Amino acid sequence: MNPDATVQSEPERTSSSASPLLRLEGIGKSFGNVHALVDIDLDILSGEVMALTGDNGAGKSVLIKCIAGIHSPDTGRILWEGTPAHLRSPRDSSALGIETVHQDLALCDNLDIVQNMFLGREKVRHHALDEEDMERAAGQTLGGLAVTTVRSVRQLVASLSGGQRQSVAIAKAVLWNSKLVIMDEPTAALGVAQTRMVLDLVRRLADRGLAVLIVSHNMNDVFQVADRITVLRLGRLVAVRPRAEMDPQIAVDLMTTGVSTRTVKMADDRG
Amino acid sequence: MTAVDEPEPAAVDHELVEAAVAETEVTEPPEAVAETLRDYTRVVYVRIKSGDSGVLPVVGGLLLISILFQWLNPNFLTAGNIVNLLIQGAPYMLLAMGEIFALLLGEIDLSIGFVSGIGGVVTAELVKESTGWPWWAAILAGLVVCALIGLLQGTIITRFGLPSFVVTLAGLLGWQGVMLLILGQGGSQPINDDVINNITSGNLTPAGSWLAMIAIVAAFGARTWFREARRRASGLVAPPAVVTVIKIAASAVAGIILVIICNTDRGRLVPIQGVPWVVLLVLAVLTAWTFLLGRTRFGRYVYAIGGNAEAARRAGINLSRIRTMCFMLSSFTAGIAGIVTASRLRSVSTSLEGGTLVLYAVAAAVIGGTSLFGGRGKAIHAVLGGLVIAAIDNGMGLQGYSAAAKYVVTALVLLAAVTIDAVARRNAAR
Repeated sequence: MNPDATVQSEPERTSSSASPLLRLEGIGKSFGNVHALVDIDLDILSGEVMALTGDNGAGKSVLIKCIAGIHSPDTGRILWEGTPAHLRSPRDSSALGIETVHQDLALCDNLDIVQNMFLGREKVRHHALDEEDMERAAGQTLGGLAVTTVRSVRQLVASLSGGQRQSVAIAKAVLWNSKLVIMDEPTAALGVAQTRMVLDLVRRLADRGLAVLIVSHNMNDVFQVADRITVLRLGRLVAVRPRAEMDPQIAVDLMTTGVSTRTVKMADDRG
Repeated sequence: MTAVDEPEPAAVDHELVEAAVAETEVTEPPEAVAETLRDYTRVVYVRIKSGDSGVLPVVGGLLLISILFQWLNPNFLTAGNIVNLLIQGAPYMLLAMGEIFALLLGEIDLSIGFVSGIGGVVTAELVKESTGWPWWAAILAGLVVCALIGLLQGTIITRFGLPSFVVTLAGLLGWQGVMLLILGQGGSQPINDDVINNITSGNLTPAGSWLAMIAIVAAFGARTWFREARRRASGLVAPPAVVTVIKIAASAVAGIILVIICNTDRGRLVPIQGVPWVVLLVLAVLTAWTFLLGRTRFGRYVYAIGGNAEAARRAGINLSRIRTMCFMLSSFTAGIAGIVTASRLRSVSTSLEGGTLVLYAVAAAVIGGTSLFGGRGKAIHAVLGGLVIAAIDNGMGLQGYSAAAKYVVTALVLLAAVTIDAVARRNAAR
């Protein structure tokens, strides 16, 4: 991966039109006296993994909830493919093609993979569930994402490992022709190999042209998978930089103090 | 009876084994695509070992109970007694099928014993000579009243966020009071309507029994064959063709044995032959609820809520609506059970033990393999569990044991069923 290819102005990264997939302009959100978000400007591009980092209380969760339609921002506007979007509920976001993979995954252990992936949006034929169509679509989606470690799509989710569950949750989000997938701490509870598996999957989503917004505390993960890195601090955006112009130490400086006097060592290329 | 999803489940003893095993395979395909019968057997074995034993324990238990009682009393497995047992067990099976809707949500419905009583009382009061409603209108009214009771209780539970245990406990007390009010203290109301009484005492003719059995098995067989052949053709998870054939053959054998037993003359003074109507009724309810739970969105949402209510909510499912509907269906099915009970006693009376009935219904569902914690269970579990409870009741009755002994044995069977399930599950978790 060439980090330079991820710079915002690169034309093939920004689909056919010049406008980014999602643009946030001056987003602000307060809860009483608490300014959770202040004047956030951010572009999210198709085919790019954007990492969103920040200390606890920096406003990461509020920001993704604004995009997912759970909160509506008090100020500013959200542009989806260049046109203003009003996201009043998660349904509105889903309708645009925004899917969120929550930290607790929201999977039903007692249902199988197919049933979980289609939960709430089952296909029906002749007044009965169209299991065959759903099974085929689920199999194709998992296959397309190269999730090959599951033995059968009719396995109960209870029998899956943490990484597999995360993969199913991600596949569920991708199934709906989504254009932007938001992931909240996708590797938080995973071991080394499982983390690797999920990060590879995240990378493949971006390579397929989806935009990925990944919230993470884990600097290892962030620097392994992200094209650009956004740092929030106390509800304000302190930096949006390509990965090449950042290293974990700078990121931590920015997260904690809002500034960093360090410069990137040129040898630091983990791609 | 249209397309049947299950092979004759109300059949007895050994034929149940095959029928029930076949049933497991219909809805829970093994975790790998097995090409041959040998592969398939191995996969099923692995699944059983991993704690997913389906209906095997209850079928095994039923076999064991049958052998034990037959050994104690050679009258147990006579045609007359087996048919009698099916009729005795029908109210338990129906009540338990209602209770399953609550259990699948991880809730409980304690009221259905007396709700079934209300269903019987409403029907009996409307069909009596002085009121003079036709039988079908009386039955319909009884069922509608029960469904409305369920709607009321479900609405209270979901609207105010109250525990179902408390609301339906109030139902248990309250509906008993209403029953006493209608019938008067110590009162009863005889039923003289032939159609209602024939639900449990009437039979199909022997020829009719064969025809019904052939129709049901043919419908089940055709449906199973075409569905699984289509799945195999499009490369989806499906058992090998041999297994499909065995499954259909097993349901045919079960059906034939059931009809042979029912067509044996069991009368003392006049010949009595044929499959009792109530067996068909139980099969019809079983088919309907199996379809509803297994093949519709509503059913899928019930399982989802029982498994992870938060996930269901985020998937956009209207939890209150599904929950309320479950309590409605629970009470509605209880209404059917109440009418069957009234039909068997040819009357309704205040001596109905609604509290014991509901606990038997919960026990039947759990013995059959339904989880008390929600998300796991099927209508067939209620039928098999109800059969176990009826068999204990009947077998110990034949031996002349007291009610006390029956309660204790039923309690032990319930404990055994839950323990087997819990141990199997813990082994799977390791």
